[in-house]
Amino acid sequence: MSEIKAPAFKDTAEQCAKLMEVIEKHKGADGALIPVLHEAQEIYGYLPYEVQKKISEGLDIPMAEIYGVITFYTQFSIYPKGEYNVAVCLGTACYVKGSGDIIEKIKERLGIDVGQCTDDGKFSLDATRCIGACGLAPVLTVNDDVYGRLTVDDVDDILNKYMS
Amino acid sequence: MELARGHVLVCRGTGCTSSGSAKIIEQFESCLKEKGLAEEIKVVQTGCFGLCALGPIVIVYPEGAFYSMVTPEDVSEIVEEHLLKGRIVKRLLYKETIVDDNNVKSLNDVDFYKKQKRIALRNCGVINPESIDEYIAFGGYTALGKVLTEMKPQEVIDMIKDSGLRGRGGAGFSTGLKWQFTANAPGDKKFVACNADEGDPGAFMDRSVLEGDPHSVIEAMAIAAYAVGADQGYIYIRAEYPIAVERLNIALGQAREYGLLGKNIFESGFNFDLEVRLGAGAFVCGEETALMTSIEGHRGEPRPRPPFPAVKGLFGKPTLLNNVETYANITAIINNGVEWFTSIGTEKSKGTKVFAVGGKINNTGLVEIPMGTTLREIVYDIGGGIPGGKKFKAAQTGGPSGGCIPADLIDTPIDYDSLISIGSMMGSGGLIVMDEDTCMVDIAKFFLEFTVDESCGKCAPCRIGTKRLLEILNKITSGNGTLEDIDKLEELCYSIKNSAFCGLGQTAPNPILSTLRYFRDEYIAHVVDKKCPAGVCKALTAYVIEPDKCKGCSLCAKKCPVGAISGEIKNPFTIDTSKCIKCGVCQQSCKFGAISKK
Repeated sequence: MSEIKAPAFKDTAEQCAKLMEVIEKHKGADGALIPVLHEAQEIYGYLPYEVQKKISEGLDIPMAEIYGVITFYTQFSIYPKGEYNVAVCLGTACYVKGSGDIIEKIKERLGIDVGQCTDDGKFSLDATRCIGACGLAPVLTVNDDVYGRLTVDDVDDILNKYMS
Repeated sequence: MELARGHVLVCRGTGCTSSGSAKIIEQFESCLKEKGLAEEIKVVQTGCFGLCALGPIVIVYPEGAFYSMVTPEDVSEIVEEHLLKGRIVKRLLYKETIVDDNNVKSLNDVDFYKKQKRIALRNCGVINPESIDEYIAFGGYTALGKVLTEMKPQEVIDMIKDSGLRGRGGAGFSTGLKWQFTANAPGDKKFVACNADEGDPGAFMDRSVLEGDPHSVIEAMAIAAYAVGADQGYIYIRAEYPIAVERLNIALGQAREYGLLGKNIFESGFNFDLEVRLGAGAFVCGEETALMTSIEGHRGEPRPRPPFPAVKGLFGKPTLLNNVETYANITAIINNGVEWFTSIGTEKSKGTKVFAVGGKINNTGLVEIPMGTTLREIVYDIGGGIPGGKKFKAAQTGGPSGGCIPADLIDTPIDYDSLISIGSMMGSGGLIVMDEDTCMVDIAKFFLEFTVDESCGKCAPCRIGTKRLLEILNKITSGNGTLEDIDKLEELCYSIKNSAFCGLGQTAPNPILSTLRYFRDEYIAHVVDKKCPAGVCKALTAYVIEPDKCKGCSLCAKKCPVGAISGEIKNPFTIDTSKCIKCGVCQQSCKFGAISKK
């Protein structure tokens, strides 16, 4: 995987307090790590070194193990996402209906590869597994907006909406 | 509950929600209020109706008018015409349901539903999944009451054994036996768990059950816990299913409030509670031992079996793990009896199976059929055939672990054993239909890319072997393959099958083996003739302009992004294949159909 430039980590007092609350809530429970990571990612948007460190100290789990778990699961990211995260479904139903061409077109338009973020931090691109909207195949999402029954020609219009 | 004159059911499954059904509900509520009908007409959000291709779906009762592809703008017309004046809005009806101007067909008489039998999906699209009262009104929690107050744990297990229910996660192991093993295992602490980590790309049955009828799974897990002697349960669900997670949590809260979870349920002295654990995007966590490792908070790597989970599972304790759809059948069996359940399906595969039908098919969606229904009935009678008059080529079942069923085996009955005998498998229920434009080598490659990505890395045959398989497939689809590569591919498939550690690795070669079995000629065309018969593999296709069809309008030349097309106006144009990047824009732009892939 190519090195991704990440902006410096910023932590607000509010975020920090929330994280401590989450750690406190799960501390001592069986299998606490993954729920804590989910909630921490919810707070910060991603799981940078600094956050991992706090979780490690809070739950008394070695950093190596935490890093191992984070990198094992695709839902967890150690890099920040763009302001708009474009996710193209590459589940079978979407693939058979041409989502491969759609992701190529987006890569070309944004000049980034899957898993990367544009230099201005505006867009990031993900290839996701089935999001279960197979009836609308092929499907892509931009943050929480869902676009279905796509053709390659729709890509420009969709991206333009978020460009300004 | 107050009685209403009419009900408006709006699907809030993921499919319809993605196409905007939340907005439609809002619109109905405000329109009804405006017309003063808010007291008379109730708007109900439901789970999936199954016909996702036509979403968003709205059904208005008592008439049973089935409106499809409804937009927020259509709502005022439905309220004004149908709900106020009693005239069904014909324009928006699903056309199969139209009888004449004033009458609609019952949904059960429509082709899509006629051959279906809904057991696991019985409440989906019928009740509001966020209301425990509606679930109870439809007979919910009576099975749990009966089990706790009238039956001994062994009687419950015997009943499930006698029903012949087999695991709906795909492998088809007897559910009753699994319960028996867990019950027999020594230990004072036991767990029940539910596998809702639906990882097969293109499958969404379990999600629909949890979104449409979460209580049926909760009730069944409580019954299972009573039968095997557990007092705690976990539901492991994909984090990619936010709606299902939310409804599940609402349902758990309601069940606790009603005393259907917690201490001393139905005054029987039986205690049970459930916790939801989110997956985090790892396909291997659908494998039972990996799932448990993940719940324990680690990297989701599989563990050796034996010991089986029934003996040593979650946190080292005996654990019963079943799939969502399996649980969704339990209360129906308890309520309706073994005889009823065994009357459905085939000799060795009892009951029904839910399939998520997708790909090149008209009625994309969720169907539940009695075991033994043929693939032809699913594709043509229920699924409405292939769009654009194209030819059916194959169907893929079982996702990345399964195989394909070619056109000449379309009359194969769908049950566990028939599918295994033709080299596919039931799988969890993904069924992807492919037409003549699908390249089977490319599909095999698609699934291998998936398994390479998802291999957890624990064992070498899967970690390294699947990567080598993918490399050979890439070589073939890029036009550099040889006949020896095909043999090598096959040989490597069998070694991975025999040596991989867990189910993911052992089944990873299946998509290659089954496409080789039925579509070997396509592989040969790729390596010998250097052609992709379906015109999918870009390195092996070339765009050509047919001179006799070309009018010389120059549109394609203008559209071509690399300037590969040239010619004189009103004379046939030509494509310079050395410049062509095979983007296909010319073919799409030609108004005379003069450009084709060769």
